Amino acid sequence: MTATDDDRRVDTGSPAVAELPDAEKLPEAVSLETEEGRRLASQLADEKTRHARKLLEVRDLSTQFFTKDGIVHAVDRVNFELDYGETLGLVGESGCGKSVTALSLTRLVPDPPGKIISGEIIFDGVDVMKLTNEEMRLLRGKRIGFIFQDPMTSLNPTLTIGFQIAESARLHLGLSNRAANDRAVELLSKVGIPRARDRMADYPHQFSGGMRQRVMIAIALACDPMLLLADEPTTALDVTIQAQILELIRSLSEEFGTAVILITHDLGIAAGMCHRVNVMYAGQIVETGVTDALFENPEMPYAWGLLDSLPRLDEERGAKLRTIEGMPPDLLKIGDECRFSPRCPYSREICHTDEPELTERGGADHLARCHGTEPGRGWIQ
Amino acid sequence: MAVQSTTLDRKVAERPPASLWRDALERLLKNRLAILGGIFVILLVLLAVVGPFITPYGYSQTDTQLIRDLRGPANPGQGGHLFGTDILGRDLLSRIMDGARISMTVALVVQVTVILIGVPIGALAGWFGGRVDNLLMRITDITYAFPDLLFIILLTVVFKDTWFGDAMDGLLLVFVAIGIVSWVGVARLVRGQMLSLKETEYVEAARAIGVPDRKIVTRHLLPNAIGPIIVAVTLGIPGAILAEALLAFIGIGANPPRASWGSLITDGQTWMSSEPHLLLFPAIAIALALLSFTFLGDGLRDALDPKLKGKQ
Repeated sequence: MTATDDDRRVDTGSPAVAELPDAEKLPEAVSLETEEGRRLASQLADEKTRHARKLLEVRDLSTQFFTKDGIVHAVDRVNFELDYGETLGLVGESGCGKSVTALSLTRLVPDPPGKIISGEIIFDGVDVMKLTNEEMRLLRGKRIGFIFQDPMTSLNPTLTIGFQIAESARLHLGLSNRAANDRAVELLSKVGIPRARDRMADYPHQFSGGMRQRVMIAIALACDPMLLLADEPTTALDVTIQAQILELIRSLSEEFGTAVILITHDLGIAAGMCHRVNVMYAGQIVETGVTDALFENPEMPYAWGLLDSLPRLDEERGAKLRTIEGMPPDLLKIGDECRFSPRCPYSREICHTDEPELTERGGADHLARCHGTEPGRGWIQ
Repeated sequence: MAVQSTTLDRKVAERPPASLWRDALERLLKNRLAILGGIFVILLVLLAVVGPFITPYGYSQTDTQLIRDLRGPANPGQGGHLFGTDILGRDLLSRIMDGARISMTVALVVQVTVILIGVPIGALAGWFGGRVDNLLMRITDITYAFPDLLFIILLTVVFKDTWFGDAMDGLLLVFVAIGIVSWVGVARLVRGQMLSLKETEYVEAARAIGVPDRKIVTRHLLPNAIGPIIVAVTLGIPGAILAEALLAFIGIGANPPRASWGSLITDGQTWMSSEPHLLLFPAIAIALALLSFTFLGDGLRDALDPKLKGKQ
């Protein structure tokens, strides 16, 4: 056994892994010189030991945008965890930091003006923030797939569908053109495109919106990633297609054992798809919990407002949709207060002077950020 | 239901994948002026390539007997010379064909130089932005601001009687000189394209699947910018041809007896009043060449970017 072999197995702790499996040959660009490169390498090797830890741990992640007008606190000290194969929902209204959180996980925040200023992102045991750009590139697409909001603009109009799906398989799995093409055909039929082989040479404009989103899913899953980031995957699609796409994401993530972070502003989607839900507001997670518990028993006035604003079937015809009064705060001016307090009908003195922490609500699994529902001290029933 | 879907399937199968290029070609073929220009361009290229092999006269071959008999240059049609001869008895048509050869070579070499310099500079500037962009664009500005003619004349003076100055009958120097002063437009164009294209979502999507930067630029961005580049390059050809003719007109470039269209016009204007065909034929050749390239370029622009049509 050589010294390098030893290094690679440093933190696997598993004597069963004597050699790297063939399919997991190290990409050459991973530098074993750096500590993180070795960690990534060991990561690629030890599929068996990974269940001892979480797939993703995000600690105190803060991302800010440095603009002419000042610093925008787009994501502010966000913490969450994700298990292997788990589906997590990030919900909240526009501009609450959902997408920036997802972009931060893959270090795709446009820099300048954006910058991840603090925090730790541990993905499958690898500290993402310490990876070199090249190691990061190998993580994207291979370990983390990304589905974007608007399939109409996320595919390159000058390249064939086949090329775009095969691209990541060629890049990350080292497949030959032919093998990558076969893989692309397989994926294309898996996402439900009929006569996949014939459609490989087609261009994006020959596909409808729903089909393009299926193609995006095929691209995201091309390398069998461990985590799929779906950033409002159905927002740009019409309602009948939405259900199909979501069902596709659900079934494929189950089949591939892929964990999913589903970003959405549609609570209905989150309720139907996710094991856990994080509610975000003004760059912070304001409530997090197992989906059922959170929806049955929300502990934060903002979450109530969101749930209340959903139209219901048992409503009288012509009844007005309920809304949350006011606007989200300007993320340039963040002070020591509950960020929801200006819009909160239950707010008291303390809400305007003291920022609440995420605290437990009947178990370590359900956290909320609200003075009013704080057990023992709260005034809201 | 099943029957319906099979017919539909067959229909779909019979339709070839319609790429951007196929669509563009279809639009181009509908544009008569562009077709006319294209045909003439092809004709010119053919003439330049095979012409000198099929004419019975060489471009520098003098027929002294004929001009002695005629007491002057042959008029068009006289003595078996379709376009007549010049005062030394050289066949004008053969000389114009040699001129076509020079002009087509200029068109090719200069535009290749323009692409080789302009596209990388524009792509680097646009992709990296910031300091790199600033530096490259200032270089571009300086090149743009420097007087072209002065630069070319200086270059010819400096390299006079060196191998570089004499290569290809002195033409290589002219090609390179014109190329060096004309890449600016393409560089700026490519930079602009890069700046707008790199913000698109499909570039972000490419980043998200870990495509290396180099490949994003070459595989994802340049193919999207290629339409405008083709148009700019095609529309730059008349300028290059004219520049070479202008230089030949003032005596820079092709060494005699090579017959650039510019030097043919210089020779012709001396005898303008008595032998107008010596001026007329080369002038018509230049005018036709410039027009056809311009028509073709305009047609390509409309074909590659149909949204622009009628707006310019």
